[in-house]
Amino acid sequence: MINSPQPLLKVRDVKKYFPIKSGLLRKTMANVKAVEGVSIDVLEGETLGVVGESGCGKSTFGRTILGLEPLTEGTIQFKGQEIGGLSDRKLKKFKKEMQMIFQDPYASLNPRQRIGDSLEEAYIIHTSLKKAERQARVRELLKEVGLKGEHYERYPHEFSGGQRQRIGIARAIALNPSFIVCDEAVSALDVSVQAQIISLLKKLQQSHQLTYLFISHDLGVVRHTCDRVLVMYLGATAELAPADELYKNPLHPYTKALLSAIPRPVPGKKRERVHLKGDLPNPANYPTGCPFHTRCPIGTEECREKRPDWREVKEGHYVACHKVSL
Amino acid sequence: MNQLLEVNDLVTSFRTAEGKLSAVRGVSFSVDKGETLCIVGESGCGKSITTLSVMGLLPSNGEISRGSIQFSGEELTTKNEEELRKLRGNEISMIFQEPMTALNPVFTIGYQLREPLMIHKRLSKREATQKAITLLDQVGIPHPVSKLKQFPHELSGGMRQRVMIAMALACNPSLLIADEPTTALDVTIQAQILDLIDDLKADLGMGVVMVTHDMGVVAEVADRVMVMYAGEVVEVGTVTEIFEAPKHPYTRGLLASVPNIDDPDHSMEAIPGSLPNLSEEIQGCRFHPRCPFAMDKCMEMEPPLFELSSEHQSKCWLQEVKHYDKQSATSS
Repeated sequence: MINSPQPLLKVRDVKKYFPIKSGLLRKTMANVKAVEGVSIDVLEGETLGVVGESGCGKSTFGRTILGLEPLTEGTIQFKGQEIGGLSDRKLKKFKKEMQMIFQDPYASLNPRQRIGDSLEEAYIIHTSLKKAERQARVRELLKEVGLKGEHYERYPHEFSGGQRQRIGIARAIALNPSFIVCDEAVSALDVSVQAQIISLLKKLQQSHQLTYLFISHDLGVVRHTCDRVLVMYLGATAELAPADELYKNPLHPYTKALLSAIPRPVPGKKRERVHLKGDLPNPANYPTGCPFHTRCPIGTEECREKRPDWREVKEGHYVACHKVSL
Repeated sequence: MNQLLEVNDLVTSFRTAEGKLSAVRGVSFSVDKGETLCIVGESGCGKSITTLSVMGLLPSNGEISRGSIQFSGEELTTKNEEELRKLRGNEISMIFQEPMTALNPVFTIGYQLREPLMIHKRLSKREATQKAITLLDQVGIPHPVSKLKQFPHELSGGMRQRVMIAMALACNPSLLIADEPTTALDVTIQAQILDLIDDLKADLGMGVVMVTHDMGVVAEVADRVMVMYAGEVVEVGTVTEIFEAPKHPYTRGLLASVPNIDDPDHSMEAIPGSLPNLSEEIQGCRFHPRCPFAMDKCMEMEPPLFELSSEHQSKCWLQEVKHYDKQSATSS
């Protein structure tokens, strides 16, 4: 389980449950198991893609790492220091280092505040710069993400979707972080704009030595942006491999089904599909054994009873499935 | 006659604070029985407004200011609300992008499925219930009988979209309009829904107009493709023509910006700039500010749709030379 290059972030056995409370005494009746035992390393300078269907816990996982959701169980080490379960005050110095880019930047911008003022806030909170310096920094920042200095005066509604995402990125890189969680950062954008934003993210990764956790449901985009890809299913890790390896040689039956379901932009080349039965099970009523056994085309009795181990089957290729043997 | 829908020179405009703006500018297309036409383009290019114009479901500040829409030989633009209502949900059906907002949250699935059947087909409640069960079964919903009593919020996204499709198909429409039917869904569910629409199209001989921005979906379901940009049709052709020999720089740009899973070396190229504002007046070709091949002519004169083959047309001056070469070759 130990990777040779420097891990920036070490995540071990992370669990995040949301209790369902009911009754007079607000007794916990059940837990929604949003993240169920994830152990991975995020390597310095890489882009780690996290894919899976909606409701598979990928966003919650990203938020938990950043401390936006309190951890239920497990440990998270950032640059060798334990950050899981720290208080907000202690977490503040790490928050400078770890940032997030959201799917809908419009929702995270104050509609009554000028863009420049929104961006300036990060400097007010985390630095002791003077007003003029802060404003100069913001203008520089805007140019860095492909906007213009004069955009400082504008309000969020005056921007297009692609431009707003650039603002979201500017906000994220304002304090020179080393780690950024991109949560569906390009999903709401048109393809042509999507490509622009992806190349901006790549450029910034070079110039700022950034490490990305790239959460997306779009497997095509992930293939083009990520070095390694983690497939999640129902809060658990299903498979992790370098991008090329995962797309060429998927081992987990869920990964295979997911890849075969993507429509290819080549007419007349309809792929043989692995059809999955039914929908994602309810995470409040977590299946026993392998979480995927209810929909798995090759599941057996063993899968229903025993949860498969997360094991490395090839160098750098991890999978959680009883049926994979190499 | 095989032609189901014929739209000619459609102009749809909106009354806004900035004056009258045209979202659709002279769009013409046709759909045959048993054919799937995909309309593609970036958001804001007028593809959804085109389909809403056909359905007669424009928002109250919108109107069809020019052009004709003929459905099985009948003119739709002159019909009043009452006549249109008889067609909608009966002869022409629509599937919307977000099933949660299109389904009524306070009525059961069963009620909403029975409604069109009782209104359009004059079935009794019992007959309609029977038919509703068959429909749910047809779209692959397990335990249809128990589902009839459930409310939309009790179903998952994929299930809701199936219910929407079942409703749209209730009266065996001859034309199905699907506006981004799978955009909000996961790939595994999307695959199920696309296969379902394809099967039903074959079984019922429907014509399908599908609006999407996903080129992968287009390649999979379309017979013909219409590419729209800023309210205009810039290229039409069969699916092979569009994917293998795209002629308009915008179509090429769209295809180049789609990530290809099977080819990791394929570099995604963005189209520079963004879609012009509706109120922006652009001289000449509306794409020229973003076009890498723009010539002087493109900034002065609007190109016509050049005929490239019996099916393939492109609205670009780059095709002019080839076009006349071909014409003189055939005339001599």
